[in-house]
Amino acid sequence: MSNAKPRIKVPKTASKDEVITIKTLISHEMESGQRKDKDGNTIPRKIINRFTCTFNGQEVFSCDLDPAIAANPYFEFSAKVPESGTFTFEWVDDDGSVYSDKAEIEVS
Amino acid sequence: ALAVVAGRAGSAHAAVDDTEKAIQDFTGGKSPETGRIRLTAPEIAENGNTVPISVDVESPMTAEDYVASVLILADGNPNPDVATLHFTPMSGSATATTRMRLAKTQNVIAVAKMSDGSVFMDKKEVKVTIGGCGG
Amino acid sequence: GGWARLMAQQGLTEEGLLSMPAFGNVTLVHITDIHAQLKPIYFREPSINLGVGEVAGLPPHVTGADFLKLYKIEPGSPDAYALTSEDFVALARTYGRMGGMDRVASIVKRIRDERGGNMLLLDGGDTWQGSYTANQTAGADMIEIMAALRPDAMTGHWEFTYGTERVQEAIDSLGFPFLGSNIYDAEWDEPAFEPLATFERGGAKIAVIGQAFPYTPIANPRWKIPEWSFGIREEDIAAHVEDARSGGADLVVLLSHNGFDVDRKLASRVPGIDVILAGHTHDALPEPVVIGKTLLVASGSNGKFVSRLDLDVQGGEVRGFAYRLIPVFSDVITADPDIATLIDKVRAPYEEELARELAMTESLLYRRGNFNGTFDDVFCQALIEEREADISLSPGFRWGTSLLPEQAITVEDLHNACAMTYPAAYRTTMSGSMLKEVLEDVADNLFNPDPYYQQGGDMVRVGGMAYAVDPRAGMGARISDMTLLKTGEAVEPSKDYVVAGWASVNEGTEGPPIWDVVEAWLARNPVVRVPDNRGVRVKA
Ligand SMILES: [Mn+2]
Ligand SMILES: [Mn+2]
Repeated sequence: MSNAKPRIKVPKTASKDEVITIKTLISHEMESGQRKDKDGNTIPRKIINRFTCTFNGQEVFSCDLDPAIAANPYFEFSAKVPESGTFTFEWVDDDGSVYSDKAEIEVS
Repeated sequence: ALAVVAGRAGSAHAAVDDTEKAIQDFTGGKSPETGRIRLTAPEIAENGNTVPISVDVESPMTAEDYVASVLILADGNPNPDVATLHFTPMSGSATATTRMRLAKTQNVIAVAKMSDGSVFMDKKEVKVTIGGCGG
Repeated sequence: GGWARLMAQQGLTEEGLLSMPAFGNVTLVHITDIHAQLKPIYFREPSINLGVGEVAGLPPHVTGADFLKLYKIEPGSPDAYALTSEDFVALARTYGRMGGMDRVASIVKRIRDERGGNMLLLDGGDTWQGSYTANQTAGADMIEIMAALRPDAMTGHWEFTYGTERVQEAIDSLGFPFLGSNIYDAEWDEPAFEPLATFERGGAKIAVIGQAFPYTPIANPRWKIPEWSFGIREEDIAAHVEDARSGGADLVVLLSHNGFDVDRKLASRVPGIDVILAGHTHDALPEPVVIGKTLLVASGSNGKFVSRLDLDVQGGEVRGFAYRLIPVFSDVITADPDIATLIDKVRAPYEEELARELAMTESLLYRRGNFNGTFDDVFCQALIEEREADISLSPGFRWGTSLLPEQAITVEDLHNACAMTYPAAYRTTMSGSMLKEVLEDVADNLFNPDPYYQQGGDMVRVGGMAYAVDPRAGMGARISDMTLLKTGEAVEPSKDYVVAGWASVNEGTEGPPIWDVVEAWLARNPVVRVPDNRGVRVKA
């Protein structure tokens, strides 16, 4: 789905050992595979099935999603990073597409 | 006051067995204890299509002792699976929020698996209502 | 009648109502659920207000003669008139109308003069909605009058039915905080309103936490405020209380629109709240309910009462209190001339229309009570006849004023019972099973034994159909014996019925505004007589 648009909220700076809050949203209808169209045919499932947040290549938080996750999946979670670096966020679609975004953080 | 009842879920819902089986599969057959995990959800959903749920698990979140995963289930949906959250020591704290779909009034269940294999559970009833009326 | 009325009022003086020896160093003045009633009105308190589970039989779930006995109030006395439905019509003729914002203003000014800088005036919300003029001005009439009373903070519920843009614009111009610790932006889950305000009064640091009606987007149209998410969010209140305490607050007040049972439960679970000023459920109690160390104050509705709570606050603790629920007898309390002039000014463009007579009533018309009120029966009958329906539904709002027998029904009176921003009188078909589901759903919102799952309205009013209700049964098992009145036959689950109603929370609901429907019916029924309602059978 080409119009899936990720948005993220990550603090620009943090102190060492500080637990920060990260928020992410991605626009996606999360078609559950349980709805029927007006002719009575089942609309095929098409959801984001996995979300991952890594920091400098190491996993911070991830999630396996089922069709019961609401449209425009939202995640709020925390992170504690030892040094400055880059957060990478990835959303994997049922159709194989991967949407991603990045954010830098300066740790002092 | 009254919203016309439309687009609500039919009679299809997960058997209690499915929910129980999903828990057993996740815990490897262990019965979860209460405590350490707290599930937060609204008492009444504002919109059954997007219900915020949060989990918060007590843990030092060190390399030796952390929360590995949290399974989220809904026992009245057509399929009880909602999501599985995976934490790491870099999570800092085992807390997360997401938004889910609820077909009708039911229990939301969260099961936490610790790095030592121990398991804890919390649940909360979330009401899905037609809406309307008021003081 | 002149002489009898005068005699009864002789014992009732402004001095007697308002003089109170000052106590302690802080005075909280609370008004709530005025529902835009600028002028004195009649408002009959409920004769039935059932409590379920742990609160069964506890205030405010006590009415009529039981209420008089519980609070040792003499039958026929001014307090009996103000606080119960006992002998309502006769006492209303004796003691007259209640409320009026110019009278409320006199009371507030007098307390402010007596207490100097030691007073806080707090408005619990449902202030901007509920009258013809409020609806015409999107609340501007009430906002202007309230500003003149100089409140220190408010919270809200029906305010939100004016929609995001209007609410935001109004709040920006208030000059005092509109608090809502439980309102978050729906997208990023961040606080959307100021959660609390702090004040210094009488040498005490006071934190006032605001709690808007938790179920606003469920009980009212969510589509008018899509950016905001509410909820009880007990853990947030607890965090604010803790922060306030650790920040040195001597007194922590929750200005709440939760509804009384929710506040009672909250008080038992969240430590550190000294006072909860309760609203939404429109209860009036002559003394605070004490839960642990928390005082719960219930100040009624429609401008009928002003609460004065004097507190002795020393070293971060309430050492003692004195309380008075002041009934606003409009014939006894002098109107504040400035506010009276202001009220005339905001009403002037509408006076002619407000006074237009639509019919007269031979019956007492009222709404408040768990089941059908007589004014609702008029609405239900109008919906059935004007919209050619089998069955009608009218929402269980707790606002709506009362009319005495032999009174004219004016445009103002009609709109006091239905002024709102989503008035469309819909007409649709529903199966019997769908109707049962609707009734069960509303009954559970009213009678769920866990107050956190209640929405604080009354039962939906039903026309054209009888039913039995067992409040103590579980979800899905409370409603039975649904019978179509015109045929006397049982309502069949699979059969479709034409249903008319109003105030749907769904976007795009179509139909004429409810006031046009009722006005048309009144034109054909210029003398209104409402027979006793035999449609609802309550299983005790
Ligand atoms: Mn109200
Ligand atoms: Mn209210």
